[in-house]
Amino acid sequence: MNLQSNDFELFGLSPAFGIDRAAVDARWKDLQREAHPDRFASADAASQRLAMQWSVRINEAYQRLKDPLRRAAYLCELNGAPIEAESNTAMPPDFLMQQMEWREQLDEARDAAELERLADEVAASRRSRVEALRVTADEQRDFPALARQVRALMFIERFARDVELRLDQQGQ
Amino acid sequence: MALLQISEPGQSLDPHQRRVAVGIDLGTTHSLVASVRHGVAECLPAEDGRVILPSVVRYLDPAQGGSGRQIGFDALAAQVDDPANTISSVKRLMGRRRDQVADVDKLSYAVVDDNGMAVVETVAGRKTPMEVSAEILATLRFRAEDSFNDDLYGAVITVPAYFDDAQRQATKDAAQLAGIHVLRLINEPTAAAIAYGLDNGSEGVYAIYDLGGGTFDISILRLTRGVFEVMATGGDSALGGDDYDQSLAAWVLAHAGLDMPGNASERAGLHREARRVKEALTDADTARFSATVGGQRIERDVARADFEASTRALTDRTMAAVRKVLRDAGITRDEVQGVVMVGGSTRMPVIRRTVGEFFGRDPLVNLNPDEVVALGAAIQANALAGNSRDGDLLLLDVIPLSLGIETMGGLVERIVPRNTPIPAALAQDFTTYQDGQTALSLHVVQGERDLVADCRSLARFTLRGIPPMAAGAARIRVTFTVDADGLLSVTAKEQGSGVEARIDVKPAYGLSDEQIAAMLQDSFATAQQDMQARALVEARVDADRMLVATRSALAADGDLLNPDERAAIDSLMAALQAAVSSEDAAVVEAATDALAKGTEGFAAQRMNRGIQQALAGKKLEEV
Repeated sequence: MNLQSNDFELFGLSPAFGIDRAAVDARWKDLQREAHPDRFASADAASQRLAMQWSVRINEAYQRLKDPLRRAAYLCELNGAPIEAESNTAMPPDFLMQQMEWREQLDEARDAAELERLADEVAASRRSRVEALRVTADEQRDFPALARQVRALMFIERFARDVELRLDQQGQ
Repeated sequence: MALLQISEPGQSLDPHQRRVAVGIDLGTTHSLVASVRHGVAECLPAEDGRVILPSVVRYLDPAQGGSGRQIGFDALAAQVDDPANTISSVKRLMGRRRDQVADVDKLSYAVVDDNGMAVVETVAGRKTPMEVSAEILATLRFRAEDSFNDDLYGAVITVPAYFDDAQRQATKDAAQLAGIHVLRLINEPTAAAIAYGLDNGSEGVYAIYDLGGGTFDISILRLTRGVFEVMATGGDSALGGDDYDQSLAAWVLAHAGLDMPGNASERAGLHREARRVKEALTDADTARFSATVGGQRIERDVARADFEASTRALTDRTMAAVRKVLRDAGITRDEVQGVVMVGGSTRMPVIRRTVGEFFGRDPLVNLNPDEVVALGAAIQANALAGNSRDGDLLLLDVIPLSLGIETMGGLVERIVPRNTPIPAALAQDFTTYQDGQTALSLHVVQGERDLVADCRSLARFTLRGIPPMAAGAARIRVTFTVDADGLLSVTAKEQGSGVEARIDVKPAYGLSDEQIAAMLQDSFATAQQDMQARALVEARVDADRMLVATRSALAADGDLLNPDERAAIDSLMAALQAAVSSEDAAVVEAATDALAKGTEGFAAQRMNRGIQQALAGKKLEEV
């Protein structure tokens, strides 16, 4: 165990998409109990530096493990199928059609209720796609396919953020 | 819920080892200092018995001689007579340019820009917000030192959760000016949660609604086994009780057919009357508003309903922020198990009613909302100073506002999203866009908007010395590091060709170390202390801190060392012990540094052991 250990090793997990979220949360807190800079506030400078490094590393791993999309992307990377979101934007045509439909709905949405409806639809689509990640990653262990699914989900995430932004503006 | 019992009888440290650690609530309208005594946090009173210190500083004409300033109640009393030199609500200026201060023209004193920083023009010269705040902090520091008849070891200072990097940096600079060692900056709502006891028994999700004099914060915290995890935080750093006063004053004027007076003294009087009426309406259904504006007398009965209607837009703004933070935390309102009210402004019945109706439960108000933040900060200070038993309390906080960098077209590339747990380090790769480009300008911003123009500019710096190569070939990794105080540093490094260049930035609104040194020399609350004597005292405190830390590390994990390693550390400790009695600060510092260097390897081994043990799932009691 050291600062170079991968996220799964650091959290004592076997590298898989399916995780016990409650166990990850609990492990995060146990690790921070040991490493957080607050534990070393009256210690020497060397310990404080180390605490900062460890605490940062633990938070980084936690952020990645608890987010299904980032966890899947990380698994792809560990298994030699990096996401390369910038250079690889090929998407199936039906997926692109749905994206365009959603964009239109967002542009035309008049009130908060319409936006909420769209947000719900996007969330439902996201949920079923995230569930599909588990099958691809843990049962089929097909990481190039997993990378494609992750790229599609990244589109959906971005769109969900745009919907939320509009909702925020409505609230003001 | 009861106050958190921080140490059981018999478990506290030897009184000689106990360090004086305090929590300071540096508020917009008033400030407090608290400390843990006999296991219970309490606010420390001034000689006259009052715990509240109005956050008001009045500068006197130096030509008149005398001490040069008044702080607290004396300054507050002088506000109507000498509004131009009496600085209140200085917190609103912290880390700000003049044009970023809301309603700056309505302040009773003159604010000007000085090197991009809002400063106050007084009869005693220009005063930075940090200097004004430092006067308040130093007053509280002396109060604590008098109470304990001992030097202050360190303080936890609270800031609104919504404070951006520049505002936090300014607060830390102010503490440094006041000669205070900052153990940690923590967020006000988090401090309140700690004070609310949230003793190890209470678990679940809590909302902290904090409406102070000038700021509004809403935080969602999850509590598990003594761990306070901030799930999300939001609010408005320019919305508070002062705005309710302003709105009421404006409403009364409008109904009298009058404009806001240009005369600063009359404006100060109007706001004072508005505040009095607002406070009276907490218990009474109506209150009389009496003021004189431009020779014209205003007498009007204000009903509580009138007050609530005239300020509804403000209350609505707080509730919009509440809904947003729930979305950020990914929870619904019925998952919230308790709502804690913080800040004097939550005494307004309209606030308690609105918040209560929204969450469908009565808010918790059993602690004094003015004191609760300072009390929580004191509990955390006590823990950080090493006065309490290990492991009772751990704060896991988040960054309140996203951090990013300007890219082409004035757009923001977000690098650290808001609500990321801190400390954190996140990196992003950038490249050059011209052949042979050898430098890259970076503009660091904070905020949630996509356009740079809508975000807060924190710093600009240039990475130079990039080896010339084709456009797009350089790989420049920009790393944002946010420490446990929520403070940012940025480094940029070209790594494509093995050539390395890096720079650390400090936000533009902070003070440089030289500026701080210069200000410390100036006529200032702490200046009566001889600088050299102070350096020696500080060196000895550091030496003591190092010795105690090493001793407890050896007691806990001495078995990690082989006899040679152990002997080396022992001799460095003996050398430091001997050096402490030296009258030369440099000698003490050198011996402290030697011990620090000599224990680096040991510290690394200890950290690894701690992590391994956490991983093995051992409880702290077993470790």
